Amino acid sequence: MKRFSRFLYAHPGGRLGLLLGPAVLWLLVFYLVALALLLLTSLWQQDVFTSELVHKWTLDNYEKLFSGQGGLWLRIFGRTVLLAAIVTVIDAALAFPLAWFMARVASPRWRTLLFLAVVVPLWSSILVRIFAWRTILGDSGVLNSVLVDSGLLGKPSSAFLYNDNAVTITWVYVWLPFMVLPLYAALEKIPDSYLEASRDLGAGGWTTFRRVILPLAFPGLVAGATFVFSLTMGDFVAPQLVGGGSQVLGGAIKDRFGVAADYPFGAALAMLALVTLVGFLFLTRRSSALEHA
Amino acid sequence: MGASRAQKWGFGAAAVLVFAFLYLPLAIIVLYAFNKSTINAWPFPGFSTRWFEKLAHDTEAKDAAWLSVRIALFSTAFALVLGTALAFAFARFRFPGREPVNFAVTLPIILPGVITGVALASFFLFTGTDLSMRTVIVGHTTFCIVLVFNNVLARLRRVSPSLSEASRDLGAAGWQTFLFVTLPTIRTALVAGALLAFALSFDEIAVTFFLAGSDTTTLPLWILGALRRTRDVPEVNAVATVVLAISLPMIAAAAYLMRDEGPALSSRD
Repeated sequence: MKRFSRFLYAHPGGRLGLLLGPAVLWLLVFYLVALALLLLTSLWQQDVFTSELVHKWTLDNYEKLFSGQGGLWLRIFGRTVLLAAIVTVIDAALAFPLAWFMARVASPRWRTLLFLAVVVPLWSSILVRIFAWRTILGDSGVLNSVLVDSGLLGKPSSAFLYNDNAVTITWVYVWLPFMVLPLYAALEKIPDSYLEASRDLGAGGWTTFRRVILPLAFPGLVAGATFVFSLTMGDFVAPQLVGGGSQVLGGAIKDRFGVAADYPFGAALAMLALVTLVGFLFLTRRSSALEHA
Repeated sequence: MGASRAQKWGFGAAAVLVFAFLYLPLAIIVLYAFNKSTINAWPFPGFSTRWFEKLAHDTEAKDAAWLSVRIALFSTAFALVLGTALAFAFARFRFPGREPVNFAVTLPIILPGVITGVALASFFLFTGTDLSMRTVIVGHTTFCIVLVFNNVLARLRRVSPSLSEASRDLGAAGWQTFLFVTLPTIRTALVAGALLAFALSFDEIAVTFFLAGSDTTTLPLWILGALRRTRDVPEVNAVATVVLAISLPMIAAAAYLMRDEGPALSSRD
């Protein structure tokens, strides 16, 4: 033991290997190899009768993905990207005033409390938080009762639940903290003097926001947008619980690996999501790097 | 800069509204856990604690919760070992390939769980591994490593390596230096990272869905099933309320431990 420890002290390379090795090996096997096998699975076939995976190369899954069933799968993909973009923009719009208030207006003591208040919802079951929107938006839900009682609606409307709007609201709600936290971290770092300088040089509130605050908050905005966009692109729970049955990408992937048991096609759908998100990552990384050049 | 009065009130009002949005569903969950009726209708039908009583005798729910606790404990333990070692490698050494390794460790938390889930499902299908509690632990550990890694690395960057060098120079053995010098400086970062990993694993559904065997019903999987049965919904609200009540002191502890580090949840380095 002593000799081993002495060896490690004398050989930094050995120490590095010991520290780096286990985690790198774990990620290599259980993540990178797994992702590679996902790619391979998308290029393999499945026996129609036994549902067994056959290790024979084919591009059928991708052909089906891009042109099969009258473009159904590309439409599902497009819808999901659109919804993810909408959710990301709404979350950014909601998160900005809150993060600004936390970082620039509230006193330090309040700052800590508000930070905790943003984190708390993340620690309660996400499934139950999604389901709560049924109680809010449903026929006999909170929203309908309030609207009927106040005379704005004659009778309860079923227009609020089981559709894309309900899914969008729910997504905006569950992912909001992931936008607030990085944005808050970015806004907190802006030196007061920058804002004072901008004002002294005659810039109005809007100009200061556009030319000073937004560029400096950009990395935080990008980090938050990455989380929200990515989480939305993959989610299958909210559409299942509050959606109206129209498909999203996450749900389509889940069904291929679940009830439909069509792993190769499910893997192709997952590859589409993966490539889109990695592309998004590189794009945003590049633009935020340019922003700081 | 002293915030102007208009700014204070304007952003204050916006913050209140956004917080109302954040907390309305939580209030609904806790309120309806005490629902007298089975139906989640408004106005609130009346108070009762019957769902907590039902929950106390529900062995399925309790087994699921216990399974989730065990999975979270194992995943956290693995993530602690792997993530801490990796953080030391990044803090104390220069080596080629830092960027790719950093990318690979962060990717599982940036990409949605469904991708990690189906990738590992393909992996286990290929290797012929039966899905079980073990495969779920593998999945959870994979995305938990980065949480420990980020927390510990942030701490190590602020601790001078000369501390442990001094310890060695004063004749302490390697294990003594680790135990009495290094460990105390990173202890709170370890606890905060572990709490975060535990919480994420405990509530995880997307990865779990693809890696759980037929007898691996974690608490989120049990909840997903129970939400399909209308009569069980109030009991699910009771479960969520109990979990929240247990989590709150843990969040407070994590925040207290990481009070100097800033956001404990940022996963970007």
